[in-house]
Amino acid sequence: MRIFQFLDQLKRSLGIMKKDIRIYYLKGPVVIFGFLMPLFLFLAFFIGSRNLSIEFLISGLIGMTVFFTATAVSPIIAPWEAQVQTLERLISCPISITTLIFGDMLASFIFGILIAILPIAIGLAMGTHITNPIILILGLLLGGVCFSSFGLILSSPPSNAPSNIMMISSLVRFPLVFISGIFIPLENMPYWGKIIASFSPLTYFTDLTRYTIGATSYYSLLSDFTALIIFTVVFFVLAVKLHERTIYQRL
Amino acid sequence: MDHVVEVQNLTKIYNKLVAVDHINFEVKKGEIFGFLGPNGAGKTTTVRMLTGIIKPIEGHAIILGHDIQKEPLKAKQNICVVPETSNAYVDLSAWQNMMLMAELYGIPKKEAEARAEDLLRRLSLYQRKNSKVKGFSKGMKQRLILCMALINDPVLVFLDEPTSGLDVQSSRMIREILLEFPKEGKTIFLTTHNMDEASHLCDRVAIINHGKIAAIDRPATLKNTIKKLNSIEISFDSAIKAENLSEIPHIIEIRKEGDKFIISTDDVDDLIHSLTDFAESQKLKIISLNTMAPSLEEVFVKLTGEV
Ligand SMILES: Nc1ncnc2c1ncn2[C@@H]1O[C@H](COP(=O)(O)OP(=O)(O)OP(=O)(O)O)[C@@H](O)[C@H]1O
Ligand SMILES: [Mg+2]
Repeated sequence: MRIFQFLDQLKRSLGIMKKDIRIYYLKGPVVIFGFLMPLFLFLAFFIGSRNLSIEFLISGLIGMTVFFTATAVSPIIAPWEAQVQTLERLISCPISITTLIFGDMLASFIFGILIAILPIAIGLAMGTHITNPIILILGLLLGGVCFSSFGLILSSPPSNAPSNIMMISSLVRFPLVFISGIFIPLENMPYWGKIIASFSPLTYFTDLTRYTIGATSYYSLLSDFTALIIFTVVFFVLAVKLHERTIYQRL
Repeated sequence: MDHVVEVQNLTKIYNKLVAVDHINFEVKKGEIFGFLGPNGAGKTTTVRMLTGIIKPIEGHAIILGHDIQKEPLKAKQNICVVPETSNAYVDLSAWQNMMLMAELYGIPKKEAEARAEDLLRRLSLYQRKNSKVKGFSKGMKQRLILCMALINDPVLVFLDEPTSGLDVQSSRMIREILLEFPKEGKTIFLTTHNMDEASHLCDRVAIINHGKIAAIDRPATLKNTIKKLNSIEISFDSAIKAENLSEIPHIIEIRKEGDKFIISTDDVDDLIHSLTDFAESQKLKIISLNTMAPSLEEVFVKLTGEV
């Protein structure tokens, strides 16, 4: 009985996902913020630091792209829908908050992993080789869920002005990129830098990606995966709990 | 299950404002229940609590046998809401909106498509099913919202002023659909400002003011409870002055309208007797005599103290 209800709700979350993709993702800004911005950051670094290996830079680009895309739209869905009152409609439907959040997460997850094709193609064109495709795919799937859930945590403050949430999310997302060993290799960081980096999920994702394109990773593969799984579970549960608390304050 | 809605002590406070104040009522299966009140009375707040959109701070609501707070998914599965302000996704087409609702209610695709087509046709939207809702007029949006709400074939329908601001044609279309529901055993909970609509459509009405329920009854009974507002319309064969009538007891107010007098009274029976006596003593013939019951609007104004 419970499992039946669970599957039923899971199916309904696909409806939410489809709606999100149609309304929010099939629009220009997602691609621009999710891909072009990381690309410019990457090019700036590529030109500036000749001494870093191409594998290191490409894994950073993949990390940034997936992270920015997966967190591009998810933070503004809830405030936006509260403002145009479609949230009221969703809440009146027989779906749980978990279903709603899971659907939002799925949409952002799909775009997060699809966009990864672009930096991977750039990497291949620049001569990198994917040595561990299976690990790369697993890492992408995990990272996609992790970052999408993270984006949904950013949308949980009960403000209905999308611009407020955008500001909060930019304040969190940009610094995170700089502490995650994307521009400076972890091994070159001072001790405190490594400590800070260890609190960012992006660190482990990027490290994992480095491993799969033939560079040496800083952490072991097992630690990367374990850390990512823990972050993912914590982020998703936290996103649901926070929204359960704040979603009624939006209405 | 006799009562599809049971409300106990339902209360909502916004900041310090008591929007809904310990209200109690029941809605019977198959009836059209009207919820009347002036602006800001707490109608929308009540509907939103009953449909699980906002949480009450006190009290509970049992919807179709399920507590809306404790078992929201079960309670919501067989009800629907047509909210005050339309809220379809404007970036989606009418058809996509319908299919989204069907998915959220877990309706199988074939069944959903058949039902969506039928509903859109009945509300004259089928031609425009592939247009984005952005380009719809207010009436079209409101009709689409009704279609979206009905996709799950609900047994209990909540409508928050469904026809306010719509033209005659759109309101009539919506009203016709509503009138079919009781025949199918469906129950309607309708909030409205429109007294005419309420007295014609509703089996029972609740009048709410400042978050409290002022009265609940059948429209006809409510009209009767306000005896004081009953009035008599009378005309005589020759002109007389209003002052001549003022000696008669039980008269509250006399108004002259053309050749008629409209006399309001707190005792209709006694007034009629006195008036006939008066006519006899003055050698007047009574040409017409009508009793006039108060309209629901007068009851409403009386109970809510609004003018
Ligand atoms: N989200 C909210 N925050 C603060 N106050 C609110 C909120 N929603 C409603 N109120 C207040 O609660 C009271 C009842 O509002 P409600 O919308 O229920 O009235 P209503 O009877 O539906 O009025 P109308 O006929 O204008 O639709 C009003 O005084 C309103 O200002
Ligand atoms: Mg209202």
